[in-house]
Order: sequence, then C-alpha cells, then structure tokens
Amino acid sequence: MIMAKEAKHVNKLTLLSKGWNAVFVIILFIIVLLVLIPMVLIAVVSLSSEMSIANNGYSFFPSEWSLDGYRYLFKTGDQLADSYLVTIFYSVTGTVMSLTAMTMYAYVIAQKKFRFSRAFTWLLFFTMLFGGGLVPSYILNVRYLHINDTIWIFLLPSLVNAYYTIILRTFIRTTIPDTLFEAARIDGAGHFRIFVSIVLPLFKTGIATVGLFSLVSRWNDWFTGMLYIQNPKLIPLQTLLTKLQNTIDFLKQNAAIAGTPDGVALLRTLPDENMRMACTMMVVLPILFAYPFFQRYFVQGLTVGSIKG
Amino acid sequence: MVMLQTGANVRWKRRKKIFRKEDAALYLMALPTVIFLLIFCYLPMGGLVMAFQDLNITKGIFSSPFVGLKNFEFLFSTTDAWVITRNTVCYNLVFIVVNLVISISLALMLSSLRSGRYAKTVQTVYMMPYFLSYAVVAIVVNAFLDRDDGLVNAILKLTGEVGKTNWYHQIEVWPPLLVFVNAWKGVGYQTVLYLAVISGISIDYYEAAVLDGASKFQQARYITIPHLRYIVGISLILSMSSIFRGDFGLFYNVPMNQGKIYPVTDVIDTYIYRALTYLNNVGMSTAAGLYQSVVGFVLVLIVNKIVNRIDPDSAMF
Repeated sequence: MIMAKEAKHVNKLTLLSKGWNAVFVIILFIIVLLVLIPMVLIAVVSLSSEMSIANNGYSFFPSEWSLDGYRYLFKTGDQLADSYLVTIFYSVTGTVMSLTAMTMYAYVIAQKKFRFSRAFTWLLFFTMLFGGGLVPSYILNVRYLHINDTIWIFLLPSLVNAYYTIILRTFIRTTIPDTLFEAARIDGAGHFRIFVSIVLPLFKTGIATVGLFSLVSRWNDWFTGMLYIQNPKLIPLQTLLTKLQNTIDFLKQNAAIAGTPDGVALLRTLPDENMRMACTMMVVLPILFAYPFFQRYFVQGLTVGSIKG
Repeated sequence: MVMLQTGANVRWKRRKKIFRKEDAALYLMALPTVIFLLIFCYLPMGGLVMAFQDLNITKGIFSSPFVGLKNFEFLFSTTDAWVITRNTVCYNLVFIVVNLVISISLALMLSSLRSGRYAKTVQTVYMMPYFLSYAVVAIVVNAFLDRDDGLVNAILKLTGEVGKTNWYHQIEVWPPLLVFVNAWKGVGYQTVLYLAVISGISIDYYEAAVLDGASKFQQARYITIPHLRYIVGISLILSMSSIFRGDFGLFYNVPMNQGKIYPVTDVIDTYIYRALTYLNNVGMSTAAGLYQSVVGFVLVLIVNKIVNRIDPDSAMF
C-alpha cells in the first residue's frame, strides 16, 4: 500500500523522539482498550454460566465458564436459523440488485456527451436534498404497494442509494479515461457493449467498495424489520436482537414492580442472559472477522467519497 | 413561407438530436433507477399533503379531509417541538466538535508513530465499532447499565453503594453518555479518513522542513495541521446541513425508548416514529416530517451557498 510506504518514508526523515513515541503508543493503546473492552464483555458474558450471571451479574471474571448459551441457542434456535437465512438472502440479493441498477445509472450520468446526463444527475441528486420522510413512505409501502411483511420490503425501497451512485460515477470518471470511450465508440461498440466489456472490468474496485458498504448496511439494518415485519420467518437478525432485548426489558421491569409469583415464573421462561449475548456474538462475528480483509476497500471508499466528481 | 419551412426544419433536426438512436441503450440502462426514484422518492414527496389532512387510514390520502395547519398547531402548541428541535441540533453540534477533535488528535498521533505496523493494527481496531449496528450497541451499553446485572451497578456495590440505580431513568447521565457512545462508534471512521489525507501530503514539505531543522512537532504544527484545515473546514460546513437529522438508532435503541428520559433523548426522528407507531397520529407525524425536510433543505441551500463562496470545488452543486 502506498499509504504505508509513504508513512515509513516520512518516519525515516525524522523519527519521533523515543519518549514521545512511548507516550503516544500508550495513549493510543488506552483507546484501543476503550474500544475493545465493551465487546470483550459481551463475549465473556456469552461464555458465562447462567448461575454465575445470576449471582454476580455481568462480569469480566465469571465464577464459572460455560458454553450453555451457545448450546441453547442452537438447540432452540429455529428462529435464529430463519433470521440468518432471511438476512443473508436479502443482504446478498439486495446488494446484487442494487449494484446492477446503480452501476448502470452511474455509467449513464458519467457520460459527458449524453444530452440528459445532467438532468438524470439532478433527478438522483435532488432525492439527497429533499424527501417525503418516514410517514409517506410507510403509507406507500403498506397501503398502496402492499410490500410490508414480504421479502420485497428489504429489496425494493433500498434499491438505489443516491450517495453510493454518485460515488460510483466519480469512480468511473476518475478511473476510466474519456479517450477509452471514444476509441470504443469509433470501433463501433454500443453503450451496453462498452459498459459490460470495458467499464465493468476496469471498475472492480469501485464496485467492491460500494458493494461492501451496502452489504454491511443491509446486514446491520434492524429498522425495516421492526417497522414492517410481523411474520417470524422474515424477521432479520438485527431486529431479532432488538426485539429480544425489548421484551426482556419490558417483562423484567414489570415483573420486578409486580413481584408476583407469576412474574417470577415468567422471568424463568425468558431466554437466558448468556444465550442473548451468544446471539449478539453470532450477529457481530461474521462482520468483525470479514472486515479486516476488506479494510482497504472501505478506506478507498472513504477517500473517494470525499472527492467531488 | 420560406422562413416557416426552415423553422420547421430546424425543429425537426433538433428533435432528431434529442433521441439519437445510439443513446437508446443509455435510456434503457437508466430505466430501473428512474422507475425506482419516481416511485420510492418522488411519490412520497406528494404524500406530504397528509401534513395538511386529518388522515383517515381507511379512506386513504385521496378522500381524507383537509384541515389546513391544524397538525402544525398541534405539534407546536406543546413544548415537544422545541424539545426535539433543541435536542437534535445541540447533540449534532456537540457530536461534530467532539468527534472532530478526537479523530484529528488520533490521526496526528498515529501518523507520527515510529512503528507503522502498530499504527495499522490500532487503526483497524478503531474502525471496528463502525461496523456494529445500534441494535448491538444498545445491548453493549445495557451490559454496563442494566439495573440488575449491569457492570456499573456491580462495581458500585463493591465500593459499598447500597441500592440499585436504574440508569435508564437518570436524566443527567444521558447527554454525556450519548456523546460518548456516538464517539465510540464514529471516531474510528473519521480517524481513518484524516489519516488518508495526511498520508497524501507531499513528502517534499517534510523534507524541506527537516533541512531547516524543524522538529516533529513543528512539522505537525506548520505542515500537517494547515493541510488538514481545509478538508476539516469544508466537512464541518457540510455537516451543518444535516444537523436537523437525528441518528434514529442512537436515540431510540441505546436509551431503550424509556419515557422518563425523553426530555434529553428525544429527537425529531424518534418523535416522528413514535407519533406514527404508538399514537397513530399520521397527520402530526407527517407534519413533523415536513418540518424536518423543509428546514433541512433550507440548511443545505445555505450551507452550499457558503461553501460555493469559500471553495467552489467542494460545493455540492
């Protein structure tokens, strides 16, 4: 990576004095701890036995370790399996659909010779500035399109992201020289031909960057599920987590206030704390493991996103 | 007669130009997105008329009676409108400043470390929380603040504090806590962005500075920071255009939608959501949405005008 190389080169010019270097290393390390400790807590609780949570609450040093949280989760985890399936399905399908629509549109608005490319850019760009907001969209989806509580709610309303499309256009404009288009046109290639055999291959980084961003945002979306989904087969992972948390919290508070035997009995039937944390880990781990491998795309996306095309 | 003919001729030619045959593929490629934009972006804008209606869900938009500004009167007659506006704007302003100061400091430190590998590892860790959803972050926060099992209460118990505090009812802890959570999640992303800018600064500046005997701190002070000033200024101004939008996940999930702390956690977006789902007051929540959209739009226009004056290249349009 160029970045690392240049940084090294700068360091060769003058190294930071050893004392200051140590100070910085320590400060940066303290912040690393601040970032990691909360996540470690979740991991530890997911591996604690129910007894030790009941006695000491959440702790970094449980009196007893156990895999029960994960065991229960997988044994009684039909809902988890459904949620995994539906989340993976719509994240992947949605990203592929989005990329198809967005890259094509980006190609169109990247054309400098096309008469309406400015008009099409504005049609897209205006939606970033002004929108109907939550309620009209909700009424549209539920009352007129009837796509609530179906898989389409995850695919259609999020098909095109104006910001990503503009980034894609910037990628096309900055990575593919105009002369290449001209040459292809002179050779008699049509736009579709140029798009498929010239633009797409040259443009893999851009597609990977935007694809990863949109994959992550779909994976992390809990709001759509909370607003539109009742069918348990269609509840996404993140919504499942939120629901689990809210139900437990609600029952806990009410049972605690009432203090009735019924309330206590109800509390017993709730998923155990360690199982809930195990569920959280199952939601988080895929991304945390995958992202360091894709980090360079994210960094690239960040920097291109800040360039105006 | 002659003139008429040429006029028609020119018009005909121009029409021919508008629909050039070789552009057909372009229209086809734009079609899916155009249909999407019309249905899911422009159609809901028309739905904003609901803000002026007494909406009856069964009757629908087309036959519900118009009530003028009644929904807005209802919204602004309580203190709600003031509270949610204040919260949205103030939190966003604090978020912008806090995240900026932290991420610039971190980027400066990271870029001057002796070990590049350490810097890279640290950077990877910092960006992690950015990939967690607020559904997950809420659970992480709850692990600390839970009344019965939370770590904070457990530690307080060790220090001899008796009784359990329900942190979700304590108004005074939430403003700093929300600022912290927002920074925890967002600072890494910004740090990486600023690092990328720093690594793009030409090495010539530093070489010249070294020849002149500048220390590492002088280099940061006189080369790196001035180079950052520019992008920081622009992104500061640009972020002003979204100070009317609250981060729904942060303000709804993390405080667990607890009524007692609404005075310090409620923002425009959570208010709209609750007015829609709990109160079923479609008219008023649309009115609040319209208020947000219009003020947001005006802010964007003003900000863009300012940016255009300072630096036309960074303007949005």
